[in-house]
Amino acid sequence: MNYLLGAFKPACNVSITFTDGKNRKQVPIKKDNGQTVMNPLFQSQETIAGKVIIEPYQGKKVEHNGVKVELLGQIEMYFDRGNFYDFTSLVRELDVPGDIYERKTYPFEFPTVEMPYDTYNGVNVRLRYVLKVTVTRGYSGSIVEYQEFMVRNYAPPPPINNSIKMEVGIEDCLHIEFEYNKSKYHLKDVILGKIYFLLVRIKMKNMDLEIRRRESTGAGANTHVETETLAKFELMDGTPVRGESIPVRLFLAPYDLTPTHRNINNKFSVKYYLNLVLVDEEDRRYFKQQEITLYRLKADTSSV
Amino acid sequence: MRRLGGGVEDEEKWLAEGIAGIQHNAFFMHRALDANNLREVLKYSALMLSELRTSKLSPQRYYDLYMRAFDQLRQLEIFFKDESRHGLPVVDLYELVQHAGNILPRMYLLCTVGSVYIKSKQAPSKDVLKDLVEMCRGVQHPIRGLFLRSYLAQVSRDKLPEIGSDYEGDANTVMDAVEFVLQNFTEMNKLWVRIQHQGPGTVRERQEKERNELRDLVGKNLHVLGQIEGVDLDMYKETVLPRILEQVVNGKDELAQYYLMECIIQVFPDEYHLQTLETLLAACTQLMPTVDTKIVLTQLMDRLSNYAASSPDVLHEFLQVEAFAKLNNAIGKVIDTQLEMPIVGAMTLFVSLLTFALRVHPDRLDYVDQVLGACVVKLSSVPKLEDARAMKQVVALLSAPLEKYNDIVTALTLSNYPRVMDHLDDGTNKVMAMLIIQSIMKNNSCISTADKVEVLFELIKGLIKDLDGNATEELDEEDFQEEQNSVARLINMLDNEEPEEMIKIIYVVRKHIMTGGTRRLPFTIPPLVFSALRLVRQLESQSGDITGEDVQATPRRIFQILNQTIEVLSSVPRPELALRLYLQCAEAASDCDLEPVAYEFFTQAFILYEEEIADSKAQVTAIHLIVGTLQRINVFGVENRDTLTHKATGYSARLLKKPDQCRAVYACSHLFWVDDDDLDGIKDGERALLCLRRALRIANAAQQMANATRGSSGPVTLFVEILNKYIYFYEKGNPHITPSDIQSLIELINTEMQSDNNNGNTRRTHSDPFFTSTLRYIRFQKQKGGLIGDKYDLIKL
Repeated sequence: MNYLLGAFKPACNVSITFTDGKNRKQVPIKKDNGQTVMNPLFQSQETIAGKVIIEPYQGKKVEHNGVKVELLGQIEMYFDRGNFYDFTSLVRELDVPGDIYERKTYPFEFPTVEMPYDTYNGVNVRLRYVLKVTVTRGYSGSIVEYQEFMVRNYAPPPPINNSIKMEVGIEDCLHIEFEYNKSKYHLKDVILGKIYFLLVRIKMKNMDLEIRRRESTGAGANTHVETETLAKFELMDGTPVRGESIPVRLFLAPYDLTPTHRNINNKFSVKYYLNLVLVDEEDRRYFKQQEITLYRLKADTSSV
Repeated sequence: MRRLGGGVEDEEKWLAEGIAGIQHNAFFMHRALDANNLREVLKYSALMLSELRTSKLSPQRYYDLYMRAFDQLRQLEIFFKDESRHGLPVVDLYELVQHAGNILPRMYLLCTVGSVYIKSKQAPSKDVLKDLVEMCRGVQHPIRGLFLRSYLAQVSRDKLPEIGSDYEGDANTVMDAVEFVLQNFTEMNKLWVRIQHQGPGTVRERQEKERNELRDLVGKNLHVLGQIEGVDLDMYKETVLPRILEQVVNGKDELAQYYLMECIIQVFPDEYHLQTLETLLAACTQLMPTVDTKIVLTQLMDRLSNYAASSPDVLHEFLQVEAFAKLNNAIGKVIDTQLEMPIVGAMTLFVSLLTFALRVHPDRLDYVDQVLGACVVKLSSVPKLEDARAMKQVVALLSAPLEKYNDIVTALTLSNYPRVMDHLDDGTNKVMAMLIIQSIMKNNSCISTADKVEVLFELIKGLIKDLDGNATEELDEEDFQEEQNSVARLINMLDNEEPEEMIKIIYVVRKHIMTGGTRRLPFTIPPLVFSALRLVRQLESQSGDITGEDVQATPRRIFQILNQTIEVLSSVPRPELALRLYLQCAEAASDCDLEPVAYEFFTQAFILYEEEIADSKAQVTAIHLIVGTLQRINVFGVENRDTLTHKATGYSARLLKKPDQCRAVYACSHLFWVDDDDLDGIKDGERALLCLRRALRIANAAQQMANATRGSSGPVTLFVEILNKYIYFYEKGNPHITPSDIQSLIELINTEMQSDNNNGNTRRTHSDPFFTSTLRYIRFQKQKGGLIGDKYDLIKL
């Protein structure tokens, strides 16, 4: 039995380890099958170094036409499945063609790698970074091993960060003025603001603030837009009267947010919106959507 | 508002569901608490609190639900307090609970953590409080908002940075505590007022009821404000009161304004009210026209009155702030502006103001008069007072000074007092008049000047005369008598040592009671007459002191008036009464040695007798009165006396019934024999005997008439009576009465009695014992011996 199975098994075990793998921060990522795995976290301009260990199974030898390790940054469109687009591709040749009889370790290093984009796992698109080790073989097919890792890039606080302030309304029915303290928030930020009611002629059930993510993929006629509501936060219960001002305080930390991505490699964009929704007693919804920019702040070291 | 259609049963069901929901989630929450699992605790507590998001329950049932959640939140608070159990600094916890998606559970949790946060002193309490009260704005649903804020008020109550509390100091001042409570109050008030704007008008009534149930939640904030340590007068004046009043006035809601004003008045100390009177009153005038301002003002005044009464030390404060003037002003304004206020309301206000004036400024009668004056103005503006309750208030208004001063005299100096009374209807006017009289009686106050009497009678004119010609009104006879008796008693109370003044009083009284009409005069004239006679006697006793031409108070003048007065009575017609009074006067005149006057009175009496007294019984009584009076009067000269006695005997003989004639005639015998020590007294034994003989004759005639009709034993009695007269005069030494006369009379009686028995009439009559006693008396006198015994010995039995 073991023997039989062994026949279809690859001839060797390839594993990839990072030099500082023990200390490096690990973050969870959701795989396609729903499982969450922990992957090491990097950022742009870091040196990615480690070892590739090839360990032939007992008594086997591995013939190969060379061993290489690649660092790939890929964008994958789900509607265009299997079609990866590599925006970054670096290669290190580890070995010249030959035979491997016993466990062999190849150190590798990609110094100061440019990784401009964050890892992203969206509805229609995925951006990922991966180390790919290929043991090239002739007839029996190459042995390929992947090791994913995460990239998050940090941004400094924006120098200009205006508040969002706007007056909206339905004539003779509802006039409100809302204000959010900033237009750019970091991922652990708090949205502060207030909703000021200038005119209220409808009976309201409640008012919610939603955080919506708009992911657009493709370009031109092939553009796919997917909108998700990531947060629904009740701001107000009941009907206010004219002159009432309702405070807004929404902590972003509990939600699974990413920075805003604009036109990543001409492939996709991820934008965030604050959607203020008023629901009247007949369950009619009145809303106003405002884009906000999310960014990842350097100081941010939380484990999410 | 889906509960519109829902009945009570549905509500019960929803309540039961809500309770079940709370219990269910509380169970899991407790499990999580036991396991110190913060995440689970937050999850289940939020779920539990979500039950409070219902809109289906009436306030009362919602309260039920709220209380159950409240109990659970106490457990939660204990958990939050113990950092070792959840492992999170309270500041992080404060953020964490704000992640909850629904606002209501979020806010309840935030308030709970907030209270722990303050307690931990990791943040200034004022900041936390400010944050909480601000964040609660998110709940705009009136009922849910009210309960949430009342929860906030409750958990923060012991954590306010008031003076002396742990949380005061540094940046946290009592001002922050006040600010917090005020803000919470403001918001709650807004929510509360808003309930009325929810839903259609058809459910208005129920909403009013619901709002009433909720009002204490709002009012509680004011209680807290009242209890915060360190709110001094300045702060109250500058911040607390203006802010509250601003809410009250701007709320423009009847129910709220009324309730909150009431709260303000009850909650804050008296001296604060006093010092802020102006502000408070200004607010009163700005309330909605439908608000029952009068109750508010009344309460305020009552409180201040009690405050003033509590200690004399505080009175100067009242003077300092001119409390009365301010109140008076405000009330005037309220009455002027609130045109639709029923008259009873205005009256109630005046009563309170008056009470206030009486308590605070007992020495300022002008204030009292001022109030009454305002009252007059108000009353004049309405056609005629018909509201019974208003009437009651006016009576209270008028009674207040009486009770306070215990003295009608004070009230009499109030110029507006009678003018207020003018506005009462007749019935009430009488009631009031009775009260005045009763007050006088009770306090035994003496009204001693004519001016005051004038005013007094003006006041009680409802009793003195018929008003406005509605005399046709059916009166209860008993009540009427009661009233008139009171007036009579009152007349007796009027007294002055000084005759000059007293005569003026009598003039005044006379003037008034003469207008009383035929029904009242019989009650009112007698006391007047006797009052005058008392004066006469007083003059008599100090006679000689008074001299001078223009002296009013001479007996002669008084009698002149009396004559005219009594004359009225005869035409009432109450001739019997007039006759009695004439006789009284005659006697008094006699005491004054005014023979012509006495004679005049007698003449009047006789004229009355002849012309007016027709009833035989009345005649008998009158005759006896006349005889009795005449007998006692000694002023007359022989001629006058003869005329009068002659008349009297003449009348006696002409009475209708024989026995009456007989008795009258033998009574007349006394006119000729007056037994006194006066030597030149009247001792006309012959004519006395003549009278007795005449009586005897009449008795005989009566006897014969009785025999004719059978059965009457009366005549024997008459004989015995005459016998007694004989014995009397004999004993007194009338020389014309001889023992033989007596003996023959005794025999006569014996014979008569026997014949009576022979006729088969065996019944014992009452004259028997009378006769027997008479005989026994004679025997007794015989045995006495001495002068009398000798005399009686001559009588043979």
